[in-house]
Amino acid sequence: MAAPVALLRPGTPATRGAGIACGRRSILALLGCLMLLSPGLQAEPDALRQRQLDNLLLQDCGSCHGLRMTGGLGPALTRQALADIPRDSLIATVTHGRPGTAMPGWNALLDEQDIAWLVDQLLQGYPRP
Amino acid sequence: MKSPVLSLALAALLLGGCVHSPQPQPLRGTGDLGVVVERASGTLQLVEASTRTSLARIDGLGDLSHASVVFSRDQRYAYVFGRDGGLTKVDLLRQRIEQRVIQAGNSIGGAISSDGSLIAVGNYEPGGVKVFDATTLQQIADIPATPLADGSTNSRVVGVTDVPGRRFIYSLFDTGETWLLDFSQGNQPQVTRFENIGKQPYDALLTPDGRYYIAGLFGEDGMALIDLWHPERGVTRILDGYGRGQQKLPVYKMPHLEGWTLAGNQAFVPAVGQHRVLVMDSSSWQQTDAIEVAGQPIFVMARPDARQIWVNFAHPDNHQVQVIDSETHEVIATLEPGPAVLHMEFTPRGDQLWLSVRDGGEIQVWDPYTLEKLTSLPAESPSGIFFSSRAHTTGL
Repeated sequence: MAAPVALLRPGTPATRGAGIACGRRSILALLGCLMLLSPGLQAEPDALRQRQLDNLLLQDCGSCHGLRMTGGLGPALTRQALADIPRDSLIATVTHGRPGTAMPGWNALLDEQDIAWLVDQLLQGYPRP
Repeated sequence: MKSPVLSLALAALLLGGCVHSPQPQPLRGTGDLGVVVERASGTLQLVEASTRTSLARIDGLGDLSHASVVFSRDQRYAYVFGRDGGLTKVDLLRQRIEQRVIQAGNSIGGAISSDGSLIAVGNYEPGGVKVFDATTLQQIADIPATPLADGSTNSRVVGVTDVPGRRFIYSLFDTGETWLLDFSQGNQPQVTRFENIGKQPYDALLTPDGRYYIAGLFGEDGMALIDLWHPERGVTRILDGYGRGQQKLPVYKMPHLEGWTLAGNQAFVPAVGQHRVLVMDSSSWQQTDAIEVAGQPIFVMARPDARQIWVNFAHPDNHQVQVIDSETHEVIATLEPGPAVLHMEFTPRGDQLWLSVRDGGEIQVWDPYTLEKLTSLPAESPSGIFFSSRAHTTGL
């Protein structure tokens, strides 16, 4: 696993300005831009960021929740364990933490888009079989 | 098998197989060996300090997202406590798993008794401690922790440590207790409970002489001290309110405590949720200083000669390691070994420091006197590094 490591602060121009910056080059670039501008895809972190977040989810979330998300100091985060919990409430927990427990708020390091992507990974079942 | 040479070779192989082990290893000792936990692949690397090399990889150890290791007193066997409740006995000479039991759903670590006969494992699920025969891994005792108020489950256990006299001590994260198990009279332990030690003990250490047990608290600023020469005196709060007036930062990784926080007559411990290392006088247990560092400290380790303290940090500052002068309390070096430095381990006399760089995929060996990197070895998401010299240290 030689995944990139240093998590960029969210909102840096390099990662967030891509959709606007790539306007006039070629048809390919234009297509790329159109894809980025489509609402569904725009909400996703870019590929590099996804790799960083995936490493964070496995290694750092995994430190407390287990590399297989079966729990540790923190509760299990398997698909089954999360089945009855609304997505918004999971996002709120990751964003602000849970006072009185060891779960920290991650909003000092991650933006809304990052957190939503992480929660969706868990809801889809993580780690993937 | 028509060729006489081949037949002869086969006969020799079979004969060899009868008389010796199938894969004969050259004669050697194990005192210079260690293991490195590769957390994502559930494997161990067997390493040798003097040659700074990896000798073998041993697989099949399950989920090692949180894993720790103790050694038999002859230093032949490593006992690995895995996240998935696995207790695995690894033969360092034969370089293979000797035995493996899944003893719980979720565990955090363990200890080996002072006589080498018992292995105690601390579990989150089901919350409690189980004790095993070190030779056979047969269960000897099961001590469930205090049930939570709603009765749903038992408290999670942290900081399991061996105490001289065939005893173990540990703390209960959810109910704020410390329990002392005494096996000196046989395999039915006598249990002494210390209640109200403080909120959410997260880990603990035993001083190398085996006298003081100190549990770090996550739920409040302070630590709980028990003098095992005088358990009847109960728990003393130390470093009480060390963060008073300071904003506590979100804690992205729990710090760790072990006996290596002691450096001569001082103890250097992580402040939870702060970028500081706290210093105490280890006879009075009064705070003497607070050292500003580069992040939230995770491991605060004295070089065996006690002249330096090495510190690594929680995410997102975990690409750095700082070195503190134990006399002046100044940060004398800030090193950047690579992304996600998870753990450090000194060789027993301190000529080398090994550290794991998880996201760099390597183990690095440093000279802690020149502060220069000597070499690096490839590893899969390495985390804990444990040298077999721990076999002969109380509390490790």
